Amino acid sequence: MLEKHTEVLESVAIRFAGDSGDGMQLTGTQFTETTALAGNDLATFPDYPAEIRAPAGTLGGVSGFQLNLSSRDVFTPGDEPDVLVAMNPAALKVNLPDLKPGGILILNTEQFNDKNLERAGYKSNPVEDGSLAAYRVYPVDITGLTLKSIADVGLNQRAAVRCKNFFALGLAYWMFNRTLDHTIAWIEQTMAKKDALAAQANMKALKAGHAFGETAEIFTHSYVIPEANIAPGKYKNITGNEATAMGLLAAMQLSGLEMFLGTYPITPATDILHHLSKYKHLGVKTFQAEDEIAGICSAIGASYAGGLAVTTTSGPGLALKSEAMNLALMIETPLVIVNVQRGGPSTGLPTKTEQSDLLQALFGRNGESPIPVIAAKSPGDCFDCAIEAARIAITSMTPVLLLTDGYLANGSEPWRIPQLTDLPRIPVHFHTEPNGFQPYSRDERGARPWAIPGTPGLEHRVGGLEKANLTGNVAYDGGNHELMCRLRADKIRRIADDLPATEVHGNLDGDVLVVGWGGTYGAIRAGVDKVLRDGHRVAHVHLRNLNPLPNDLGAILHRFKRVLVPEINLGQLSRILRERYLIDAVGYNRLQGKPFKESEIARAVLAELERV
Amino acid sequence: MTASVYPHVQPTDPALLTKKDFQTDQDPRWCPGCGDYSILAQVQRILPELGIPKEQIVFISGIGCSSRFPYYMNTFGMHSIHGRAPAIASGVKTLRPGLSVWVVTGDGDALAIGGNHFIHALRRNMDLKILMFNNRIYGLTKGQYSPTSEQGKKTKSSPAGAPDYPFNPISVALSAEATFVARAADIDAKGLPAVLERAAKHKGSAFIEIYQNCPIFNDGAHDYLTDRKTKADHELRLEHGKPLRFGPKLEKGVALDARMQPVVVDVAEYGEDRLLVHDEQNDSLAYFLSRLVHPAFPTPVGVFRCVERPSYDQLVEEQIDTARGRKVQSVQQALEAGETWTIT
Repeated sequence: MLEKHTEVLESVAIRFAGDSGDGMQLTGTQFTETTALAGNDLATFPDYPAEIRAPAGTLGGVSGFQLNLSSRDVFTPGDEPDVLVAMNPAALKVNLPDLKPGGILILNTEQFNDKNLERAGYKSNPVEDGSLAAYRVYPVDITGLTLKSIADVGLNQRAAVRCKNFFALGLAYWMFNRTLDHTIAWIEQTMAKKDALAAQANMKALKAGHAFGETAEIFTHSYVIPEANIAPGKYKNITGNEATAMGLLAAMQLSGLEMFLGTYPITPATDILHHLSKYKHLGVKTFQAEDEIAGICSAIGASYAGGLAVTTTSGPGLALKSEAMNLALMIETPLVIVNVQRGGPSTGLPTKTEQSDLLQALFGRNGESPIPVIAAKSPGDCFDCAIEAARIAITSMTPVLLLTDGYLANGSEPWRIPQLTDLPRIPVHFHTEPNGFQPYSRDERGARPWAIPGTPGLEHRVGGLEKANLTGNVAYDGGNHELMCRLRADKIRRIADDLPATEVHGNLDGDVLVVGWGGTYGAIRAGVDKVLRDGHRVAHVHLRNLNPLPNDLGAILHRFKRVLVPEINLGQLSRILRERYLIDAVGYNRLQGKPFKESEIARAVLAELERV
Repeated sequence: MTASVYPHVQPTDPALLTKKDFQTDQDPRWCPGCGDYSILAQVQRILPELGIPKEQIVFISGIGCSSRFPYYMNTFGMHSIHGRAPAIASGVKTLRPGLSVWVVTGDGDALAIGGNHFIHALRRNMDLKILMFNNRIYGLTKGQYSPTSEQGKKTKSSPAGAPDYPFNPISVALSAEATFVARAADIDAKGLPAVLERAAKHKGSAFIEIYQNCPIFNDGAHDYLTDRKTKADHELRLEHGKPLRFGPKLEKGVALDARMQPVVVDVAEYGEDRLLVHDEQNDSLAYFLSRLVHPAFPTPVGVFRCVERPSYDQLVEEQIDTARGRKVQSVQQALEAGETWTIT
């Protein structure tokens, strides 16, 4: 018998890829949860086609799930996977260009038949023609072995074939020395409730896959990734969308308000609705509206009535909400608008990530329309940003835009669960005093009173027509209009006075400052760290507040010779920085539906250093 | 409202309210002779009789002449954006089911730009009182044809006559599953307050089409129905359980012929017992009545349909009650739900 070795690795990135019906997202999620329980730090990146079921075996139907697990801090799902599990030729074709040279390739040989090879555009079978010589290839008849292992369960052929992802999962568990416990419990507790027979079969396939790794004479190595050094606390693995939902729930609790979510399903934002709709009994009313406009308008109604009002959407939906956002601005009522950005313009790339809605968020409305914009930097940060958005909305009586993106929304990371009692409350003050009540008077932040229906003596009218200062009556005179435009702008500008000092990671002054925002945080931080380790005078600033920008940002920018702004768009923040601070900010721009790689950021910073 | 941040206030006593309490210090900006004045006066007249504290009443409007209505009502109010009032009102009502929420809209606001929100609010049986002022023209933009203008209507935007087929608002509301559907004319001092009061007391979506005269751009559009000289010949007052009779001496009636088509008959000749009898809970009859259109038929006014079914806010409250037994009982528990692990 072949001797089996165990090798210790610091980190590894694995990608599961197959047909969109092959259950790759489930396989990846199970591997992620098991990995988190094993104490590794991790980040994930699911990548799936817009079509629910594209034709089987085609390149367009390939669905992938990558996770990066490590014994040290993980910032991204990993540039290039070390291991690729390809369930068919199309999955191999699409994903092979990303695999590290010398990487491990596990192929489901049963699917490498003439028909599938042709569908994937292969002229000859790569398993046999030597074209994969640069990789460590493990051809395994995953389908055939799965069918054999579950032959006695009595599933029909179609259902039996579907168990093959659990065989692959079992094999991966063996390879990375993971226990089967978590997935066994999941099969018993969740899957068995829906279909006992399928649960039995998947259990057998899982164990068979594991046993195959152990006994088959092809795998010589398995790998161990030691536990990461992670701050003490209770953790769960969380996606950005779930963290956004949880942050909104937390904001509800911290403010003492009831919550109302008015929304319309849209990829990739819909999961926020799914999460929140489970918690009606905790004070959340979710309203699936007839369209995007009704989503935000119902939320405006709820805000007017005294709720923590939220609407969620993605780019095209944000465009539809523009007019209503301005109504919320004009009646100065709190509202959180979550935009989970995706590839645009138009329908664009619904399932792919992009950062191209920044200018829309800042400027995409008629008239002088200042709206605070904040952006989350990681899946877990969506929690904090959702609370921050609600806090700004309530304390400044304004709509607030929270930008996340498809990468954050569906990607996940271990998240330390906070104790709500440790978080600062969001102060809410409903006006009740009728004497001297003026609907458009302002407090020290420039916010008008929140006077909700049901309060005697405060009956008043609001609306989209220009308001007279203080009284809020309709006013057409030009002087008042300019005053009101300035008051509304000033109210938003003042939010910057409450912001903490901007964190500069790396050198406090020097050659190149890398400025990012949103979901590119992980790749930029890891890329800049690489360059810092080589002794270069560089730094990284990652902006959460995009409107208003932090008061100290200008001074920080001017302390560096060059400013580099990596963005998954054609240059939006860079445009703002150039215009606002009169600096020669340079963009590093890619928009291919994928997050940045650490290595490409490092290369871009090095290239910028050359220009100093 | 469970949390303590909400104001703890005593509701005012609605018994003390008069019409005057609902008037504001703002001068209406409608043209002289506009039907809106009369509607405003009738609404202000009936509100004190409903037993609702003034501060619990909310008027939401969209855009158009009619939508300036909230400025003249001393209640909570919002003059919102074009066509969206039903959506905004749905949010108000769903969050705060205790409020009495009214929508004021027009034929363009409700049936053109806001058509989608209008039908979906009705479909959900959202507990809103929707007053649609139908002047069959765009007034605020100075005279273009609307979705209820008659085909061939010559306006500034349709010099050769509008090619569009119009909507029949009552038919639309019925098809959209509104549980209360009625019609009245702006200056009908008896019929309008009667349907307003019934709409206010109806739990669920209530729609009233109010025929409203625009003296500037479509003057006299409803004269046949409101002019004392012709009114009796054209107005079919709907009364639950009563046969469909009209005319100065109620000498005419409406019946079904052998082909199931409506016919106007002479009651004396035909016999009262063969006339159709109004039934507010009969869906088919309500739709049939909505298809009686001037000039071939008398125009029905009053309540076409009134049925009971749980309203949206009631259904949501039921779901909340059902969910109370769930495992997750606090936000902290929600944060900790699912697979977790502890690092020490």
